[in-house]
Amino acid sequence: MAQAHDHSELFPEVMPPEPEKATLEGKNKFFGIWFFLGGETVLFASLFGVYLALKNSTAGGPSSQELFGLGLVFIMTMLLLTSSLTSVYAMYHMRNNDFKKMYLWLGITGLLGIGFLACEIYEFAHYITDYGFTFRSSAFGSAFYALVGFHGGHVLFGICWLTTLLIRNAKRGLNLYNAPKFNTFSIYWHFIDVVWVFIFSVVYLMGKVG
Amino acid sequence: MTDTKVNNMSKESFRRQKSREEMQKQLISFGLMIVLTLVAFAVVAMDTFHKGFVIPFLFLMAIVQAGFQFYYFMHLKERGTGMAALLIYGGVWAAFLTLAGLIVISWW
Repeated sequence: MAQAHDHSELFPEVMPPEPEKATLEGKNKFFGIWFFLGGETVLFASLFGVYLALKNSTAGGPSSQELFGLGLVFIMTMLLLTSSLTSVYAMYHMRNNDFKKMYLWLGITGLLGIGFLACEIYEFAHYITDYGFTFRSSAFGSAFYALVGFHGGHVLFGICWLTTLLIRNAKRGLNLYNAPKFNTFSIYWHFIDVVWVFIFSVVYLMGKVG
Repeated sequence: MTDTKVNNMSKESFRRQKSREEMQKQLISFGLMIVLTLVAFAVVAMDTFHKGFVIPFLFLMAIVQAGFQFYYFMHLKERGTGMAALLIYGGVWAAFLTLAGLIVISWW
């Protein structure tokens, strides 16, 4: 491993119990992702606040009760919640230094994320073609697509991030250089699920109640 | 085998044991999150309860589920995560103020 620079400390014979936080860079990444997520919380809160303020301003267009169907939202919730568990499994295998199993579970996480995104695209297409409900239909439409679409954008970003990680590190095996990278992604992915919990509760379920 | 090697091995098997127990707790919290989700959907689907009950109830279910994610799935309950917790709760606090502000100006 020692080529131009000596990085042998990143490839120990025995992996430490928490490989993701064994190096200074790993500790900094852990700190950084939580700092970033603190900011993301405020950003999503603003979008939720706008949605709550405008959800009844339908301008004569379809309301949340007419639009939303609980079946699809339930499937999407299960897909994302399960993908959260599979990424926990991936981090479990990372801590046991089992690179192949970590890759397997991260792959399943990505596939579940793609499934979620496919459902969301189907849902939006259904609203647009069957109800003529778009971003420009009403203040409710703008607030709805801004909030839910921004979350969907985060899922898409997460899938691109994961794909890049999986391709880039496929031949490297697990070491102290890439363990923090996988862990940072995993924390981000859980956060996306936390945001979805509030979206299905506040937007869809409360939208059905009225 | 030298003593240190034996010691390292028992340490490793102890760590794996701990790790397995941790995984079981995470499976249990996953089960509980599924239950919370089912309850939230069921309360809305049944359509028998009053709005004044359903809305605060849905908020409560969501907050409990977010707590499970933070503490079990995102490992916030492990040692040495105080700073991370401070950052995310700082964000949650600012988020609460943002939401409260927007809700107050739009409802009154």
